[in-house]
Amino acid sequence: MITNAILILLLPLLAFTIQIFIGKRLPRKGDWVSTGAMFLAFFLAVPILIQALSSYDPNFKITQSWEWINFGAVNVTFGIHIDNLTAIMLIVVTLISSLIHLYSIGYMHDDPRYNRYFAYLSIFSFSMLGLILVDGFFGIYIFWELVGLSSYLLIGFWFEKNSAANAAKKAFITNRIGDVAMFAGILIIFTTLGVFNFEEVFRGIADGQLSGGLLTAAGILIFMGAVGKSAQFPLHVWLPDAMEGPTPVSALIHAATMVAAGVYMVGRTFVIYTADALLVIAYIGTITAFMAATIALVQKDIKRVLAYSTVSQLGFMMVGLGTGGYTAGLFHLITHAFFKALLFLGSGSVIHAVHSQEMDDMGGLRKKMPITFWTFLIGTLAISGVPPFSGFWSKDAILASALEFGMVNPTHMVIFVVTLIAAGMTGFYMLRAVYLTFAGEPRDKKKFDHAHESPLVMTIPLCVLALFAVGTIWWGWLEHLLTKPELSSYASSGVQVLEAGGGHPDVAHTAHKIAMFSSIAIAGLGILLSTLVYHWKKISAEAWGRRLKPIYTLFWNKYYFDELYGATVIAGTLLISKISSLFDMKVIDGFVNAVARITTRFAFGNGRFDIKIIDGMVNLVARVIGFFGAQLRTIQTGRVQNYILMALAAVVILFIIQQF
Amino acid sequence: MTVGLEHYLVLSAALFSLGLLAVITKKNAVTVLMGIELILNAANINFVAFARFIDTDLDGQIFAIFVIVTAAASAAVALAIVLNLYERLHSINLEEADSLAG
Amino acid sequence: MSLFDVIFYLFAAFTLASAALMVVSKNIVHSAVGLLFSFFGVAGIYVLLAADFLAVVQVLVYVGGILILLLFGVMLTQRITSVDMRTGTLQLVPAILAVAGIFVILFRVIRTTSWNIVPEAEAQFIPTAEKIGYLLMTDFLIPFEIVSVLLLAALIGAAFIARKGT
Repeated sequence: MITNAILILLLPLLAFTIQIFIGKRLPRKGDWVSTGAMFLAFFLAVPILIQALSSYDPNFKITQSWEWINFGAVNVTFGIHIDNLTAIMLIVVTLISSLIHLYSIGYMHDDPRYNRYFAYLSIFSFSMLGLILVDGFFGIYIFWELVGLSSYLLIGFWFEKNSAANAAKKAFITNRIGDVAMFAGILIIFTTLGVFNFEEVFRGIADGQLSGGLLTAAGILIFMGAVGKSAQFPLHVWLPDAMEGPTPVSALIHAATMVAAGVYMVGRTFVIYTADALLVIAYIGTITAFMAATIALVQKDIKRVLAYSTVSQLGFMMVGLGTGGYTAGLFHLITHAFFKALLFLGSGSVIHAVHSQEMDDMGGLRKKMPITFWTFLIGTLAISGVPPFSGFWSKDAILASALEFGMVNPTHMVIFVVTLIAAGMTGFYMLRAVYLTFAGEPRDKKKFDHAHESPLVMTIPLCVLALFAVGTIWWGWLEHLLTKPELSSYASSGVQVLEAGGGHPDVAHTAHKIAMFSSIAIAGLGILLSTLVYHWKKISAEAWGRRLKPIYTLFWNKYYFDELYGATVIAGTLLISKISSLFDMKVIDGFVNAVARITTRFAFGNGRFDIKIIDGMVNLVARVIGFFGAQLRTIQTGRVQNYILMALAAVVILFIIQQF
Repeated sequence: MTVGLEHYLVLSAALFSLGLLAVITKKNAVTVLMGIELILNAANINFVAFARFIDTDLDGQIFAIFVIVTAAASAAVALAIVLNLYERLHSINLEEADSLAG
Repeated sequence: MSLFDVIFYLFAAFTLASAALMVVSKNIVHSAVGLLFSFFGVAGIYVLLAADFLAVVQVLVYVGGILILLLFGVMLTQRITSVDMRTGTLQLVPAILAVAGIFVILFRVIRTTSWNIVPEAEAQFIPTAEKIGYLLMTDFLIPFEIVSVLLLAALIGAAFIARKGT
């Protein structure tokens, strides 16, 4: 199984390398390389799931680790960790990725950078699979960043468009902010426990080596990474802008997989969150779910509706995890992956047909694109939480968990209430999207005439995904396999463990019943309202919009988050850069220039010293010698008589000397 | 006191000094030659005095003869040189013969 | 003091005075005359030293030969047309000092050396011509011959050097 896992991981990497270097020269620009690799990975993932299912054990686990860095005191391992969650996620990621590869063959077939697109898809798949398979914080961080990079490349794929390039930057930077916090959290864990490996970290926490405020802080910081990656409040601003990328990209990354990485990570590291940290998670999820749903109510761009819907659904998942509904949250993650991918691909199909993303240009497409219509409808029903579709089961589980939490801690009942309202709004805006796109009269005659059903490569994935969206196939075995991990199971024997939040079976049962009824009710209410407004036109949307103008404006402008960030964070950063640049120019450059000037002056001084003094000394020596030479020269008069005199004088002097 | 060897020697020393003075101080080349002759004469007196008082074998006198002969020869040659110098410089002022000055 | 001494002092003074004239005089011809008289004086000293042959040789050769030669030289090398036959001195003071020094040295040497004088010779005045002739032909034959050759060479050389032009 481990070899399977390694192969699954390496196949997309191999596809990426081939695509990026020789993709352009391959037949069909190499789309079959990436798609084939992905399908192959899927087929390799199936045996893993089968093994997990056959053992049918909540504690199913296969691990393998290799020593990576060893400094003696520091020992970092790197390895693969497969358990039930991993097995299921592998199937989800590989299947959805394969289907989207297939879909992209049709959607992107005119694009000039076709081969590069598939290369990017492959590297993304590699990063996502790595994230799922790795067994420690360090590994998760590496693949976390890789996923972020792939997302940047894919969002900004049409980088000629300024809006796309800016959106890619926005996504990366917003993610980065979350990642910094996550890194800080990982460091807290590493400095206290000395390990990165999940198992060992959990054991360390169970043994009480890291607890209390520090543990809560670590948990919240790591969760911040998920806030960034999964577009939770307040780092949600990048996801709607990310719709600038091609629709299959939106489907793969920003619906089904990458944004799910945050939720996955919370689930994977669930044990480290204290009750306080979980509370923070739950509240952020609630706020996100509600806020995003309200914004989705008024969007005109079909992809924007789906984007905000994603944000909202991710909030749901966080609520599930935060209130102790481990299984519920992860369950919703899986079902959401399928039906959101379906919805995005369906919208892509519509966009491909109509060549526009604005719902103002659509309408009445039901007759022109039946397959798209029916699959899209299935997806809508699933997301709205209508039984027997998959979304109903998962959303219901989340609501039950929230209600149970609220019943046990009445102060936090608000979580359940707000989430319930958000669920209702989900039904409303999704049906609205369906009515505006497929039902009624076409608003743009020319576009309508042009529209046609999409080719098979695009409709087959739609159907496959719709199948998964139906599933009662999920229930039962999933819950059994994905049981909530208990901290105590990691404790070394004899150590007392503080539980994060217990299970109250009797409360759970009541909560479950109430939740089920209320979720069906609210979903029905939302759907009814939507039909009233947009299909039967009994209530006028415009009139209500005018009456509630301030609220409408607030929703339309996305709560002014972008403006707020622009004025504060971005403006602040720019100010700091300006100051730094000024400092660099004036002070540092000034300093460098001053040094240069001093050096040149010193050099000049040196030169003058050399010329005047050194040369002067040399010249002086020469002149002195010359002087003496000239003086001595006078002895040689050339006259013999002088010479004779000198000889005589010498004799006399010698005699005198000899006398004394 | 009776005249003894030393008197002759002192006389010759005086002549020698005078001759030397002439050699060193005179500008005219011929006058310098005269000085040289005087010096040689002084030396001769020495020889003869020694022959008389110390070695009676007349060797000193023989030597003095040779000195006279040699002095004659040297005077002849020296005058020839002086004539040659006169050819070149058109004067025998020794101050002008300083081509070897440094 | 005996007559001998007086005569000696006379001749000595004569010689020295003539030499002084030679040195001091600015006129070349006057210098030559001074030299002439000093030669004579020296000849007289030779006689007093019992060197009679040598005295005669001195007069003959020096006065009759060399001095004539010097006078010729004087005449040939002065511009007769210009009246001035004078000659000057150079470096007089240092020369006088140096020469005085030399004289003092010599005087001291003479005075401090112990001369081993042969006493009996002082009284004898033997004619020397025969003896000298004999010595020249026996003990000093070779120097005699050589000096003759030297004289010949000198004459030829002088004649050659003094030629006018090539």
